[in-house]
Amino acid sequence: MVQLTLPKNSRMKKGKTWPKPQGATNVRKFDIYRWSPDDGENPRVDTYFLDMDKCGPMVLDALIKIKNEIDPTLTFRRSCREGICGSCAMNIDGINTLACIYGLDEVKGDVKIYPLPHMPVVRDLIPDLTHFYAQHASIMPWLETKTNRPAKEWRQSIEDRKKLDGLYECVMCASCSTACPSYWWNGDRFLGPAALLHAYRWIIDSRDEATGERLDGLEDPFKLYRCHTIMNCAKTCPKGLNPAKAIAEIKKMMVERAV
Amino acid sequence: MADVNRGNRPLSPFMLGKYYRPQLNSVTSILTRITGNAMIVAALMIAWWLIAAATSETAFNRADWFVTSFIGDVIMFFSVLGLWYHSLAGVRHLIWDQGLCLEMETADKLGWVVIGGSVVLTLLTVIIV
Repeated sequence: MVQLTLPKNSRMKKGKTWPKPQGATNVRKFDIYRWSPDDGENPRVDTYFLDMDKCGPMVLDALIKIKNEIDPTLTFRRSCREGICGSCAMNIDGINTLACIYGLDEVKGDVKIYPLPHMPVVRDLIPDLTHFYAQHASIMPWLETKTNRPAKEWRQSIEDRKKLDGLYECVMCASCSTACPSYWWNGDRFLGPAALLHAYRWIIDSRDEATGERLDGLEDPFKLYRCHTIMNCAKTCPKGLNPAKAIAEIKKMMVERAV
Repeated sequence: MADVNRGNRPLSPFMLGKYYRPQLNSVTSILTRITGNAMIVAALMIAWWLIAAATSETAFNRADWFVTSFIGDVIMFFSVLGLWYHSLAGVRHLIWDQGLCLEMETADKLGWVVIGGSVVLTLLTVIIV
Protein backbone atom coordinates (compact mmCIF):
# COMPACT_ATOMS: atom_id res chain seq x y z
CA MET A 1 0.00 0.00 0.00
CA VAL A 2 1.07 3.55 -0.69
CA GLN A 3 2.52 5.00 2.47
CA LEU A 4 3.69 8.59 2.75
CA THR A 5 4.68 9.00 6.37
CA LEU A 6 6.70 7.06 8.89
CA PRO A 7 4.99 5.07 11.63
CA LYS A 8 5.07 6.63 15.09
CA ASN A 9 7.98 4.61 16.43
CA SER A 10 10.09 5.53 13.38
CA ARG A 11 9.86 9.33 13.45
CA MET A 12 13.22 10.94 13.99
CA LYS A 13 14.09 13.34 16.75
CA LYS A 14 16.92 15.82 16.86
CA GLY A 15 19.89 13.99 18.34
CA LYS A 16 23.16 14.90 19.95
CA THR A 17 25.52 17.47 18.46
CA TRP A 18 29.07 16.28 18.99
CA PRO A 19 31.88 18.82 19.59
CA LYS A 20 33.80 20.32 16.67
CA PRO A 21 37.44 19.32 16.19
CA GLN A 22 39.90 21.71 17.84
CA GLY A 23 41.89 24.05 15.62
CA ALA A 24 40.55 22.71 12.33
CA THR A 25 39.96 25.11 9.44
CA ASN A 26 38.29 22.76 6.95
CA VAL A 27 35.32 21.42 8.93
CA ARG A 28 32.40 19.51 7.47
CA LYS A 29 29.07 18.66 9.09
CA PHE A 30 27.64 15.14 9.08
CA ASP A 31 24.02 14.36 9.98
CA ILE A 32 23.73 10.67 10.71
CA TYR A 33 20.73 8.49 11.55
CA ARG A 34 20.97 6.71 14.90
CA TRP A 35 18.79 4.11 16.51
CA SER A 36 19.50 1.62 19.23
CA PRO A 37 17.26 -1.33 20.15
CA ASP A 38 18.40 -1.04 23.77
CA ASP A 39 16.85 2.19 25.06
CA GLY A 40 13.27 2.14 23.74
CA GLU A 41 13.73 5.60 22.19
CA ASN A 42 12.74 6.80 18.73
CA PRO A 43 15.46 7.17 16.07
CA ARG A 44 17.43 10.42 16.15
CA VAL A 45 19.80 12.31 13.87
CA ASP A 46 23.19 13.03 15.42
CA THR A 47 25.46 15.79 14.17
CA TYR A 48 29.22 15.28 13.90
CA PHE A 49 31.98 17.59 12.66
CA LEU A 50 35.13 16.35 10.95
CA ASP A 51 38.40 18.01 10.04
CA MET A 52 38.46 17.31 6.30
CA ASP A 53 42.21 17.95 6.08
CA LYS A 54 42.66 14.79 8.16
CA CYS A 55 39.98 12.65 6.51
CA GLY A 56 40.10 10.20 3.60
CA PRO A 57 38.21 10.98 0.36
CA MET A 58 35.25 8.59 0.63
CA VAL A 59 32.09 8.69 2.74
CA LEU A 60 33.19 5.44 4.38
CA ASP A 61 36.47 7.08 5.43
CA ALA A 62 34.45 9.72 7.26
CA LEU A 63 32.25 7.12 8.98
CA ILE A 64 35.28 5.15 10.13
CA LYS A 65 36.93 8.35 11.36
CA ILE A 66 33.84 9.23 13.39
CA LYS A 67 33.71 5.72 14.85
CA ASN A 68 37.44 5.73 15.69
CA GLU A 69 37.80 9.23 17.02
CA ILE A 70 34.44 10.63 18.13
CA ASP A 71 31.74 8.05 18.80
CA PRO A 72 32.63 4.33 18.95
CA THR A 73 28.94 3.40 19.24
CA LEU A 74 28.19 4.44 15.62
CA THR A 75 27.24 1.20 13.86
CA PHE A 76 27.45 0.35 10.17
CA ARG A 77 28.38 -2.57 7.92
CA ARG A 78 31.56 -2.39 5.87
CA SER A 79 34.16 -4.78 4.60
CA CYS A 80 36.02 -4.55 1.30
CA ARG A 81 36.20 -0.74 0.92
CA GLU A 82 36.29 -1.13 -2.88
CA GLY A 83 32.68 -1.65 -3.97
CA ILE A 84 32.72 -5.41 -4.36
CA CYS A 85 31.20 -6.74 -1.12
CA GLY A 86 28.11 -4.53 -1.12
CA SER A 87 28.06 -4.21 2.68
CA CYS A 88 28.19 -0.45 3.12
CA ALA A 89 25.11 0.43 1.04
CA MET A 90 23.26 3.35 2.61
CA ASN A 91 21.28 6.47 1.75
CA ILE A 92 23.78 9.28 1.26
CA ASP A 93 22.70 12.78 0.22
CA GLY A 94 19.31 11.47 -0.90
CA ILE A 95 20.44 8.55 -3.04
CA ASN A 96 21.39 4.97 -2.29
CA THR A 97 24.99 4.03 -2.89
CA LEU A 98 28.04 2.34 -1.43
CA ALA A 99 29.78 4.55 1.14
CA CYS A 100 33.19 3.15 0.16
CA ILE A 101 33.08 4.25 -3.48
CA TYR A 102 31.09 7.47 -3.07
CA GLY A 103 33.38 10.47 -2.79
CA LEU A 104 32.78 13.16 -0.19
CA ASP A 105 33.41 15.66 -2.99
CA GLU A 106 30.30 14.33 -4.76
CA VAL A 107 28.13 15.58 -1.88
CA LYS A 108 27.17 19.24 -1.85
CA GLY A 109 26.93 20.89 1.56
CA ASP A 110 26.31 18.88 4.74
CA VAL A 111 26.57 15.11 4.47
CA LYS A 112 23.28 13.41 5.38
CA ILE A 113 23.47 9.68 5.95
CA TYR A 114 20.49 7.38 6.58
CA PRO A 115 20.02 3.62 6.36
CA LEU A 116 18.67 2.17 3.09
CA PRO A 117 15.10 3.52 2.74
CA HIS A 118 11.92 1.82 3.95
CA MET A 119 13.62 -1.08 5.71
CA PRO A 120 13.39 -2.28 9.31
CA VAL A 121 16.44 -0.95 11.13
CA VAL A 122 18.57 -3.33 13.20
CA ARG A 123 20.75 -0.54 14.56
CA ASP A 124 21.96 2.86 13.26
CA LEU A 125 22.82 2.43 9.56
CA ILE A 126 22.15 -1.32 9.46
CA PRO A 127 18.91 -2.42 7.78
CA ASP A 128 17.40 -5.88 8.17
CA LEU A 129 17.96 -7.55 4.79
CA THR A 130 16.43 -10.95 5.70
CA HIS A 131 13.42 -10.53 3.42
CA PHE A 132 15.57 -9.10 0.61
CA TYR A 133 17.84 -12.16 0.71
CA ALA A 134 14.86 -14.52 0.88
CA GLN A 135 13.49 -12.93 -2.29
CA HIS A 136 16.84 -13.47 -4.00
CA ALA A 137 16.81 -17.13 -2.92
CA SER A 138 13.26 -17.50 -4.28
CA ILE A 139 14.34 -16.90 -7.90
CA MET A 140 16.66 -19.97 -7.79
CA PRO A 141 19.98 -18.15 -8.22
CA TRP A 142 21.83 -21.20 -9.52
CA LEU A 143 22.20 -23.20 -12.75
CA GLU A 144 19.24 -25.57 -13.24
CA THR A 145 19.87 -28.39 -15.72
CA LYS A 146 18.00 -31.47 -16.90
CA THR A 147 20.43 -33.07 -19.34
CA ASN A 148 23.18 -35.31 -18.04
CA ARG A 149 26.15 -33.62 -16.53
CA PRO A 150 28.94 -33.18 -19.12
CA ALA A 151 32.32 -34.84 -18.54
CA LYS A 152 33.96 -31.51 -17.86
CA GLU A 153 32.27 -28.11 -17.50
CA TRP A 154 29.01 -26.75 -18.94
CA ARG A 155 30.27 -24.98 -22.03
CA GLN A 156 29.13 -21.60 -23.26
CA SER A 157 30.00 -19.64 -26.39
CA ILE A 158 31.63 -16.25 -26.14
CA GLU A 159 28.45 -14.64 -27.55
CA ASP A 160 26.24 -16.35 -24.96
CA ARG A 161 28.62 -15.44 -22.17
CA LYS A 162 28.38 -11.80 -23.29
CA LYS A 163 24.65 -11.81 -22.48
CA LEU A 164 25.56 -12.05 -18.79
CA ASP A 165 27.58 -8.83 -18.85
CA GLY A 166 25.80 -6.07 -16.96
CA LEU A 167 24.06 -8.72 -14.84
CA TYR A 168 26.67 -10.89 -13.14
CA GLU A 169 28.37 -7.81 -11.63
CA CYS A 170 25.54 -7.25 -9.13
CA VAL A 171 26.86 -7.40 -5.54
CA MET A 172 23.43 -7.59 -3.87
CA CYS A 173 23.90 -4.35 -1.93
CA ALA A 174 20.12 -3.63 -2.06
CA SER A 175 20.61 -0.01 -3.17
CA CYS A 176 18.29 -0.48 -6.16
CA SER A 177 15.45 -2.30 -4.43
CA THR A 178 15.35 0.18 -1.54
CA ALA A 179 15.36 3.09 -4.03
CA CYS A 180 12.21 1.78 -5.71
CA PRO A 181 8.88 3.30 -4.60
CA SER A 182 7.09 0.15 -5.74
CA TYR A 183 9.35 -1.87 -3.49
CA TRP A 184 8.73 0.50 -0.58
CA TRP A 185 5.00 0.02 -0.88
CA ASN A 186 4.72 -3.56 -2.10
CA GLY A 187 8.07 -5.01 -1.07
CA ASP A 188 6.36 -7.87 0.72
CA ARG A 189 5.16 -9.29 -2.61
CA PHE A 190 7.05 -7.42 -5.35
CA LEU A 191 10.46 -9.05 -5.78
CA GLY A 192 12.21 -5.74 -6.45
CA PRO A 193 14.89 -4.82 -9.01
CA ALA A 194 17.78 -6.78 -7.47
CA ALA A 195 16.03 -10.15 -7.30
CA LEU A 196 14.51 -9.63 -10.77
CA LEU A 197 17.88 -8.73 -12.29
CA HIS A 198 19.23 -11.98 -10.86
CA ALA A 199 16.19 -13.84 -12.18
CA TYR A 200 16.95 -12.52 -15.68
CA ARG A 201 20.64 -13.39 -15.30
CA TRP A 202 19.63 -17.09 -15.02
CA ILE A 203 16.79 -16.90 -17.55
CA ILE A 204 19.13 -15.84 -20.36
CA ASP A 205 22.02 -18.07 -19.33
CA SER A 206 22.45 -20.37 -22.35
CA ARG A 207 23.38 -23.29 -20.06
CA ASP A 208 20.25 -23.04 -17.93
CA GLU A 209 17.42 -25.46 -18.77
CA ALA A 210 14.65 -24.16 -16.54
CA THR A 211 13.65 -21.02 -18.44
CA GLY A 212 9.96 -22.04 -18.54
CA GLU A 213 9.79 -22.78 -14.83
CA ARG A 214 11.60 -19.54 -14.06
CA LEU A 215 9.12 -17.51 -16.11
CA ASP A 216 6.21 -19.43 -14.53
CA GLY A 217 7.55 -18.46 -11.11
CA LEU A 218 7.54 -14.77 -12.03
CA GLU A 219 4.13 -14.70 -13.80
CA ASP A 220 2.37 -12.83 -11.02
CA PRO A 221 0.77 -9.39 -10.73
CA PHE A 222 3.06 -8.53 -7.83
CA LYS A 223 6.33 -10.46 -8.10
CA LEU A 224 7.16 -9.00 -11.54
CA TYR A 225 4.48 -6.57 -12.64
CA ARG A 226 4.73 -4.09 -9.77
CA CYS A 227 7.65 -2.68 -11.76
CA HIS A 228 6.37 0.53 -13.37
CA THR A 229 9.67 1.50 -14.97
CA ILE A 230 10.29 4.33 -12.52
CA MET A 231 14.01 3.61 -13.06
CA ASN A 232 15.22 4.72 -9.63
CA CYS A 233 17.04 1.36 -9.62
CA ALA A 234 19.14 2.06 -12.69
CA LYS A 235 19.75 5.63 -11.59
CA THR A 236 21.12 4.64 -8.20
CA CYS A 237 23.02 1.37 -8.88
CA PRO A 238 26.57 1.94 -7.57
CA LYS A 239 27.84 -0.62 -10.08
CA GLY A 240 26.18 1.13 -13.04
CA LEU A 241 23.87 -1.80 -13.83
CA ASN A 242 20.35 -1.47 -15.23
CA PRO A 243 17.75 -3.63 -13.46
CA ALA A 244 14.94 -1.76 -15.24
CA LYS A 245 16.18 -3.05 -18.59
CA ALA A 246 16.51 -6.62 -17.25
CA ILE A 247 12.92 -6.46 -15.96
CA ALA A 248 11.67 -5.10 -19.31
CA GLU A 249 13.35 -8.08 -21.02
CA ILE A 250 11.56 -10.51 -18.67
CA LYS A 251 8.22 -8.82 -19.42
CA LYS A 252 8.96 -9.11 -23.15
CA MET A 253 9.71 -12.85 -22.78
CA MET A 254 6.40 -13.28 -20.94
CA VAL A 255 4.56 -11.77 -23.91
CA GLU A 256 6.59 -13.63 -26.51
CA ARG A 257 5.88 -17.01 -25.00
CA ALA A 258 2.17 -16.24 -24.71
CA VAL A 259 1.62 -15.24 -28.36
CA MET B 1 8.55 -4.43 4.47
CA ALA B 2 6.93 -3.03 7.57
CA ASP B 3 5.21 -6.36 8.20
CA VAL B 4 8.48 -8.26 8.62
CA ASN B 5 9.58 -5.80 11.27
CA ARG B 6 10.67 -7.90 14.21
CA GLY B 7 10.49 -6.42 17.65
CA ASN B 8 10.04 -2.68 17.68
CA ARG B 9 12.41 -2.02 14.80
CA PRO B 10 11.76 1.39 13.24
CA LEU B 11 11.20 1.82 9.53
CA SER B 12 14.00 3.77 7.89
CA PRO B 13 12.98 7.08 6.26
CA PHE B 14 12.12 6.84 2.57
CA MET B 15 9.87 9.69 1.43
CA LEU B 16 10.59 11.16 -2.01
CA GLY B 17 11.76 14.72 -1.66
CA LYS B 18 12.78 14.86 1.96
CA TYR B 19 14.82 11.67 2.22
CA TYR B 20 15.04 10.39 -1.33
CA ARG B 21 16.19 12.89 -3.94
CA PRO B 22 13.56 13.58 -6.64
CA GLN B 23 15.09 12.78 -10.01
CA LEU B 24 13.84 13.32 -13.55
CA ASN B 25 12.92 9.64 -13.95
CA SER B 26 10.89 9.43 -10.73
CA VAL B 27 9.25 12.83 -11.17
CA THR B 28 8.12 12.08 -14.74
CA SER B 29 6.83 8.72 -13.53
CA ILE B 30 4.71 10.10 -10.70
CA LEU B 31 3.44 12.91 -12.98
CA THR B 32 2.08 10.26 -15.34
CA ARG B 33 -0.07 8.95 -12.48
CA ILE B 34 -1.09 12.39 -11.27
CA THR B 35 -2.10 13.63 -14.74
CA GLY B 36 -4.00 10.40 -15.39
CA ASN B 37 -6.07 10.89 -12.24
CA ALA B 38 -6.40 14.67 -12.48
CA MET B 39 -8.03 14.47 -15.90
CA ILE B 40 -11.07 12.97 -14.19
CA VAL B 41 -11.97 16.56 -13.16
CA ALA B 42 -12.18 17.72 -16.78
CA ALA B 43 -13.93 14.52 -17.79
CA LEU B 44 -16.62 15.12 -15.15
CA MET B 45 -16.94 18.74 -16.24
CA ILE B 46 -17.43 17.80 -19.89
CA ALA B 47 -19.88 15.03 -18.94
CA TRP B 48 -21.87 17.54 -16.85
CA TRP B 49 -21.88 19.97 -19.80
CA LEU B 50 -23.15 17.28 -22.21
CA ILE B 51 -25.78 15.94 -19.81
CA ALA B 52 -26.95 19.49 -19.16
CA ALA B 53 -27.21 20.09 -22.90
CA ALA B 54 -29.54 17.10 -23.14
CA THR B 55 -31.58 18.14 -20.07
CA SER B 56 -32.85 21.71 -20.39
CA GLU B 57 -31.87 25.18 -21.50
CA THR B 58 -31.46 26.51 -17.93
CA ALA B 59 -29.33 23.50 -16.95
CA PHE B 60 -27.19 23.98 -20.05
CA ASN B 61 -26.81 27.71 -19.46
CA ARG B 62 -25.64 27.03 -15.93
CA ALA B 63 -23.15 24.37 -17.01
CA ASP B 64 -22.01 26.40 -20.02
CA TRP B 65 -21.45 29.43 -17.81
CA PHE B 66 -19.15 27.42 -15.52
CA VAL B 67 -17.29 25.59 -18.31
CA THR B 68 -16.56 28.82 -20.17
CA SER B 69 -15.80 30.82 -17.02
CA PHE B 70 -12.27 31.68 -15.96
CA ILE B 71 -12.10 28.71 -13.57
CA GLY B 72 -13.41 26.44 -16.33
CA ASP B 73 -10.77 27.77 -18.70
CA VAL B 74 -8.03 27.16 -16.16
CA ILE B 75 -9.23 23.59 -15.55
CA MET B 76 -9.43 22.97 -19.30
CA PHE B 77 -5.96 24.42 -19.90
CA PHE B 78 -4.33 22.19 -17.31
CA SER B 79 -6.34 19.22 -18.49
CA VAL B 80 -5.05 19.70 -22.03
CA LEU B 81 -1.53 19.88 -20.59
CA GLY B 82 -2.22 16.77 -18.53
CA LEU B 83 -3.69 14.96 -21.51
CA TRP B 84 -0.69 15.68 -23.72
CA TYR B 85 1.73 14.82 -20.96
CA HIS B 86 -0.05 11.58 -20.15
CA SER B 87 -0.23 10.60 -23.82
CA LEU B 88 3.45 11.30 -24.47
CA ALA B 89 4.45 9.50 -21.27
CA GLY B 90 2.29 6.59 -22.44
CA VAL B 91 4.19 6.51 -25.73
CA ARG B 92 7.44 6.46 -23.75
CA HIS B 93 6.12 3.45 -21.85
CA LEU B 94 5.25 1.71 -25.13
CA ILE B 95 8.82 2.29 -26.33
CA TRP B 96 10.20 0.96 -23.05
CA ASP B 97 7.98 -2.12 -23.28
CA GLN B 98 9.79 -3.00 -26.51
CA GLY B 99 12.96 -3.10 -24.42
CA LEU B 100 14.19 0.09 -26.14
CA CYS B 101 15.59 3.38 -24.83
CA LEU B 102 16.06 1.97 -21.32
CA GLU B 103 19.61 3.23 -20.90
CA MET B 104 19.48 5.82 -18.15
CA GLU B 105 20.74 8.65 -20.37
CA THR B 106 18.25 7.92 -23.17
CA ALA B 107 15.39 7.46 -20.71
CA ASP B 108 16.16 10.85 -19.16
CA LYS B 109 16.35 12.48 -22.60
CA LEU B 110 12.94 11.04 -23.40
CA GLY B 111 11.75 12.47 -20.08
CA TRP B 112 12.66 15.95 -21.24
CA VAL B 113 11.01 15.26 -24.60
CA VAL B 114 7.80 14.31 -22.78
CA ILE B 115 7.87 17.47 -20.64
CA GLY B 116 8.86 19.83 -23.48
CA GLY B 117 6.57 18.13 -25.97
CA SER B 118 3.53 18.39 -23.72
CA VAL B 119 4.11 22.13 -23.17
CA VAL B 120 4.59 22.82 -26.90
CA LEU B 121 1.60 20.71 -27.92
CA THR B 122 -0.57 22.35 -25.25
CA LEU B 123 0.33 25.84 -26.49
CA LEU B 124 -0.38 24.75 -30.08
CA THR B 125 -3.72 23.30 -28.99
CA VAL B 126 -4.66 26.51 -27.16
CA ILE B 127 -3.66 28.65 -30.17
CA ILE B 128 -5.51 26.49 -32.70
CA VAL B 129 -8.70 25.80 -30.69
